[in-house]
Amino acid sequence: MNASNLIESVHLGTPEGVAHAGVIGSHVLQPNTLDTSHRVILYLEDITVEFDGFRALNKLSLTVDRGELRCIIGPNGAGKTTMMDVITGKTRPDSGSAFFGQTIDLLRTTETEIAVLGIGRKFQKPTVFENHTVLQNLALAQKGNRGLWECLWSKPTAEELHQRDEIAKLIRLQEVLSRRAGDLSHGQKQWLEIGMLLMQDPALILLDEPVAGMTDAETERTAELILTLKERHSLIVVEHDMDFVAQLASKVTVLHEGSVLAEGSLADVQNNERVIEVYLGR
Amino acid sequence: MKLTESKLIALARGFFIAAAVLALWLPVGHLLLPADSALHVSAFWLTLIGKFMCFAILALAMDLIWGFGGILSLGQGLFFALGGYAFGMYLMREIGLDGVYKSPLPDFMVFLDWKAYPWYWAFTEHFAYALALVVLVPGVIAFLFGYLAFRSRIKGVYFSIITQALTFAAMLAFFRNDMGFGGNNGFTDFKRILGFSITSGGMRVVLYSLSIAALVGCYFLCRKLIASRYGQVLTAVRDGESRLMFLGYRTLHFKLFAWTLAAVMSGIAGALYVPQVGIINPSEMSPAQSIEVAIWTAVGGRATLIGPILGAFTVNAAKSYFTVAFPQLWLFFLGAIFIGVTLFLPRGIAGLWQKLIERARANA
Amino acid sequence: MTQCLIRTLAGWITRFFLLMMLALTSAHAAPDLSPALRDLSGEDPDKRVEAVFSLSLSGHPAAAQIIEALGEDGLYVNASASEAYLTLKGQHLDLIRNQPVASIPAGIEPVMVNNALRAAIDLAKSAVALADAKPAARLLAAKQLQAAEDKVIAPVIEKSLQKETDADVKAALLIAQAALQLQFGEGAQRVAAAEMLAASDSGAIRQKLSELLRKNPDGSFVEQDAALRLAAERSLKTIQKRLDKFEIIANLFSGLSLGSILLLAALGLAITYGLMGVINMAHGEFLMIGAYVTYLTQSAFRAWFPEAFSFYVLAAIPAAFIVTALLGVVLERSVLRFLYGRPLETLLTTWGVSLLLMQTCRSIFGAQNVEVENPAWLSGGVALAGDIIIPWNRIVIVLFAIAVLAMVALLISKTRAGLYIRGVTQNRAMAACTGVATDRVDMLTFGFGSGIAGLAGVALSQIGNVGPDLGQQYIVDSFMVVVLGGVGQLSGTVIAALGLGAVSKMLEPLSGAVLAKIMVLIFIILFIQKRPQGLFAMKGRSAEA
Repeated sequence: MNASNLIESVHLGTPEGVAHAGVIGSHVLQPNTLDTSHRVILYLEDITVEFDGFRALNKLSLTVDRGELRCIIGPNGAGKTTMMDVITGKTRPDSGSAFFGQTIDLLRTTETEIAVLGIGRKFQKPTVFENHTVLQNLALAQKGNRGLWECLWSKPTAEELHQRDEIAKLIRLQEVLSRRAGDLSHGQKQWLEIGMLLMQDPALILLDEPVAGMTDAETERTAELILTLKERHSLIVVEHDMDFVAQLASKVTVLHEGSVLAEGSLADVQNNERVIEVYLGR
Repeated sequence: MKLTESKLIALARGFFIAAAVLALWLPVGHLLLPADSALHVSAFWLTLIGKFMCFAILALAMDLIWGFGGILSLGQGLFFALGGYAFGMYLMREIGLDGVYKSPLPDFMVFLDWKAYPWYWAFTEHFAYALALVVLVPGVIAFLFGYLAFRSRIKGVYFSIITQALTFAAMLAFFRNDMGFGGNNGFTDFKRILGFSITSGGMRVVLYSLSIAALVGCYFLCRKLIASRYGQVLTAVRDGESRLMFLGYRTLHFKLFAWTLAAVMSGIAGALYVPQVGIINPSEMSPAQSIEVAIWTAVGGRATLIGPILGAFTVNAAKSYFTVAFPQLWLFFLGAIFIGVTLFLPRGIAGLWQKLIERARANA
Repeated sequence: MTQCLIRTLAGWITRFFLLMMLALTSAHAAPDLSPALRDLSGEDPDKRVEAVFSLSLSGHPAAAQIIEALGEDGLYVNASASEAYLTLKGQHLDLIRNQPVASIPAGIEPVMVNNALRAAIDLAKSAVALADAKPAARLLAAKQLQAAEDKVIAPVIEKSLQKETDADVKAALLIAQAALQLQFGEGAQRVAAAEMLAASDSGAIRQKLSELLRKNPDGSFVEQDAALRLAAERSLKTIQKRLDKFEIIANLFSGLSLGSILLLAALGLAITYGLMGVINMAHGEFLMIGAYVTYLTQSAFRAWFPEAFSFYVLAAIPAAFIVTALLGVVLERSVLRFLYGRPLETLLTTWGVSLLLMQTCRSIFGAQNVEVENPAWLSGGVALAGDIIIPWNRIVIVLFAIAVLAMVALLISKTRAGLYIRGVTQNRAMAACTGVATDRVDMLTFGFGSGIAGLAGVALSQIGNVGPDLGQQYIVDSFMVVVLGGVGQLSGTVIAALGLGAVSKMLEPLSGAVLAKIMVLIFIILFIQKRPQGLFAMKGRSAEA
């Protein structure tokens, strides 16, 4: 059974799940719901971030459409991670605007609210909860009410238990569900983290170097999985591994010194004069 | 003889049964056996063990926030003392006209030439109100402080230092006579609770039994919490708070709940402690006192529930022994425990036990 | 052994001087001492007081010694005053025959001194000192006489005024005279005296003036003379106006002084906690050890180099730095390096270390405070006006704090070692890659921070008690300074320390010291809510981690 089949068989909320994102947590202060009626799911405009005089992002503008898979490449220090920090609310830019869909102003929303509204992120370094078991990690990430009260009293429904099993199978960790996550191999941790993202079921998924440290076989499987995710989610993938980017066959954005250098298919950008200059130097 | 896993477990079970039997025997031995009987339990022992029970509750509270929540509070002694002072106000009222100055006011107020109780002493003559204060005062103060601190994302050592400053400020305040809490001397010379003499054997047994009940209650409450989904989130806060925020959890609420609950537990422990030892004064709020609670928990083993209880009993038993037998050596010993446990026994007695079990299992 | 030798030597020197003086005395025709001595040994208290004054006015060369010996219960006179001896600094003299003796003959009792007589002796000493050759000594005596409440002293002052050439001494004498006239004079003379006293800065004089304005319970004035009351009131206002600005200066200075003490105490922490991120709860005990090293240096100087005693503080500075820095290095190597990245564990462990250090000091030096004496150049102070004095030790500590701060700032910003420290602080892995021995840098940085704590201990020993609990008093304050200033920022630490010092001293007169401290702590706790990063926040990706 391949990954795409499994994804379809797993119930990940309604197909329009994204439209309900704002309703999930009734306690969310902003009653905004994700509105992608103009196809665009993420607008970044003129974002500038400065750290002690160093411009990590310099008037960066970027738009990503609903259901799109976008790869971001760029040399070290180009601002890829900082861009993700801005989108997820971890870093506040000095100027510019960032919107999730038509209505949600990301710069006025806390990171927790952003997560609840439907942006999920996989960090560069796998960050799973090492002292929790694999199953507990998945359960923590599972879409559902995250309120204090519910956590004190609620019991998982049969449907939720079933979904945990399914995702565990998908990420091939069903045999080690009760193992401490800290005892997993590096690749397994990467997969667990992807599994947690799937449990979260966000409208927009940010993947920071998802295949770092994976074997070729694992990389290929990850690419396969990402391609199936694209149908239901929008994805932004930051990656150094060009073979992997080629496998994804998506639109590519090249960042350099905090702004967009080039955009287009992988072949296009690879032939772009300025990109060659930046990557190879002259 | 090789220690197998089953033998070890039997050993542990035996230990806990013996401890439980002993704990239940103490009040019987105190009340029912004549003083000349070999098995008679003196008031000293009953009070001492009752005191340890209160410390165990305090350690359990520390474990909840530090062991499971990763928040090292250096202000747990403050909440303990606040609970003690809240109940102490009632005890002072119960002295009635039996004070040195035969005044309806406590002696220290007569001494300050005060003519009436200050406003915050209102209603403290009512037992039920005093009990409510025991829970509310530490709870509300912890809630407000915690809300402010957690909202500003103060964490780690930073939080620890700020809680220490809070305790220190409170101690300085309570040292002042003008505060109306007896200054240096605090509250003492208690006479009665609900009209019954506080030094009677019956009252001692009641207080002792309440301490056990509170300890057992807190233990099962914590166990229930830790097993729930809340417990999962709380430990996740400890291990990766920012990751948890990106999963959409409002960690503020989770931390605040544990923090406030721990303060309330500490307050209850303090309220049970004061009538048993017969005194409460600001030294209970000294930073050193609060830090010591952390070491009880660490010695027993954090992030386990039985650990802090064991730790509180072990360290305090050692303290009771040393401060009488070798008073100069106690601080050396305590200092060595601080260093030794964090360096060589990070998971405490409970962790050591776990290791023994694992070794036995591997050998089997 | 050495001490014994020195004492004998000092004894010889004193004896020599005493003999010299006696030789000089006998050369002049000295006035007869016996009536005064007879009165002194008598029963009549008034006559005894008078005798002391008449001695001081007699101009007899031995008068000063007799009065001093009397004050120390060392004057022996028999009933008929035919035999008289004195004991001063362990030496015995026969006053009648003007020669030293080995011991006071048995049967002659020392003259008993009661409180009234003691007050007279103090005045008499000042009166004698008015004839001193040094103007400074005369000034001091004149100032002491301003507080005199006995009119027998009036002729002495008058006589001295006629002879006095020094303007300052003259002014002081005039005030002393006016003070006496205010008390014992009549009508217009008192009014003139009250007006005259506007020139004085002394608190005792102000007390006297305000006494004239006291009211009876029924609201009427105790003092009947309205003109006198008016003059007193006007003088008081003049004095207040003049002193106001000095009081402001003194307050500002005490704020600065407290600030520099806080800065010294916190500077080591700003390095170990602020730069390295190592939370050292034993920091306070390093201060304490610095103070104890000062105490030991003092004892060593007293025993071996008494002639250089006043410089012991200077020798204590390097000694304290070295001892605490070594201790810091040992602590870092043996314990802390295993705990990097585990701040909460570091906190608990170093607390344990602080308990050990405290108890060790208690075992060695005892639980009581030890006595650390200010050397001569650190005692006393600069008198701004009247009772407003800025003590030398505080002034020197402010300067010392500036010097230590400058040293730290230079070391960190200008030297190679400082570069390494900053490099390792900002990016450990990168620094390691460029060949910096991060291990050694850690060790030395921690040692340096601890050494600074030792320096602070030297300063603290000069202004407060030195005891095993010294560290505990400063640990919370020091951490508050660093937290308020912002981690990793020396300038933040400086501003936080000075700010806290100034605010505390501003609050103190309004609320008392303890309440001021509580208010400051609460303020910091609230401030941190608003700015969790302190006054100066570091910004950047690494700041979050």
